[in-house]
Amino acid sequence: MLQTVSEALTLLGTLDQDVVAIAALSLRVSASAVLVAALVGIPLGALVALAEWPGRQVLVTLLNAAMGLPPVIIGLILYLMLSRSGPLGSLGLLFTPTAMIAAQAVLVTPLVAALARQTIADANASLGEQLRSLRLSLAQRVLVLIYDVRFSLVTIVLAAFGRAISEIGAVLVVGGNIAGHTRTMTTAISLETQKGDLALALAFGLVLMGLVVAVNATAAMLKSFALRAYG
Amino acid sequence: MSAVPSIRIEGLRYEAGGRTIIDGLDLVLPGRGITAIIGPNGAGKSVTLRLIDGLLRPQAGTIRIGEGEDVRRAFVFQRPTLIRASAARNVAVALAPLGLTRAERKDRVEAALRRVGLFDRADDPALKLSGGEQQRLALARAWATRPGLLLLDEPTASLDPAATERMERLVAEMAGEGIAIILVSHNLGQVARLAQEVVVLAAGRVVEQGAIRQILSQPHSPEAKAYIRGEYEWVSTAAAS
Repeated sequence: MLQTVSEALTLLGTLDQDVVAIAALSLRVSASAVLVAALVGIPLGALVALAEWPGRQVLVTLLNAAMGLPPVIIGLILYLMLSRSGPLGSLGLLFTPTAMIAAQAVLVTPLVAALARQTIADANASLGEQLRSLRLSLAQRVLVLIYDVRFSLVTIVLAAFGRAISEIGAVLVVGGNIAGHTRTMTTAISLETQKGDLALALAFGLVLMGLVVAVNATAAMLKSFALRAYG
Repeated sequence: MSAVPSIRIEGLRYEAGGRTIIDGLDLVLPGRGITAIIGPNGAGKSVTLRLIDGLLRPQAGTIRIGEGEDVRRAFVFQRPTLIRASAARNVAVALAPLGLTRAERKDRVEAALRRVGLFDRADDPALKLSGGEQQRLALARAWATRPGLLLLDEPTASLDPAATERMERLVAEMAGEGIAIILVSHNLGQVARLAQEVVVLAAGRVVEQGAIRQILSQPHSPEAKAYIRGEYEWVSTAAAS
């Protein structure tokens, strides 16, 4: 085992090109998916938090439930839609990084939306009456509340990134784990472990863990900075 | 002072959660100076203020402010309700719906912060200000919108005496500038210092209305007597000791 760890560290130390390329693809796919999730999920969460319409509670329940959707199920549904006989088959996206981005975006958008809704609803409970008294429009109130909770939203987005980059089911099904094309760190760890190349699997594992730790440390630092700077 | 009757409330009824909170309220309030609304907890004071502001919609009745013109209203709550941003930005938020130019907004923010003595704290995070400063910032935010009617819901309830005194001075000055002010307060000493007219509410109805000295010294209704004698004697005793 010590030898495996030593080989893994050597691979990392020499910046093995395959490891770098796979780590870069993982980062690109997950960062793009989280960007889409933030752009869709935060306004969606804010609107669900503020707007009053019949059936709103049903939407809240659906959003909360969607947070727990298994990645492999999302991968399967997207696979059916993107496969040649599926409704989006003509786009030719199956087994491409774009399909992987779409799958992870579908995976983490409910997470971002549900957590953003809760955060913005809490802020609205204390500020909402004041903002309505100032005669701000719904859009203006949404923007002010998003601004008010911006540090919490960044933490939510970082949590979504952690979920996206560490999942395997969705990217494996719609990406296909094709070497040099759609192989990510998680799919590579699974494959290399099965092949017996434990050093390479561990090297990917170390990069992945490093990223997750870095994301959590960033979130903690941001929260501490926000508390010190803004109270 | 000669009051202009410009806030007319007729047959106002408001219910929430199956409970009648405002029960056929008829009221004419002066359109200038400071009018205090007092009464025991649950009398409907804060709800009346919210109904006048438009934050709540009554099930019945009408509220007419002024003689048909659009009188701008501003509300200061018991807690300052500030956003996590600088003091200046908190004031600027209130100006967003007014369609001002960037330069006009900047001037108004500066003037409002100067008005309450917080200009040198403009860039400081609002939530880092003291309780008194936060409430003065909330007052500045309301004042910046140039309201014709300022609604104050126990604005000094959580402040120390020095901060309360400073707020009271600002409120009196703003009334002197011609802003009509309606103040809800349990602090009868404060009511005596600030208000010219007093309305006593009990169980969602007006039980008494009149000039401050008369109401505080010679209340007629049993509800007003019970409320005022109880608390005002305590205030008088405390002040004398």
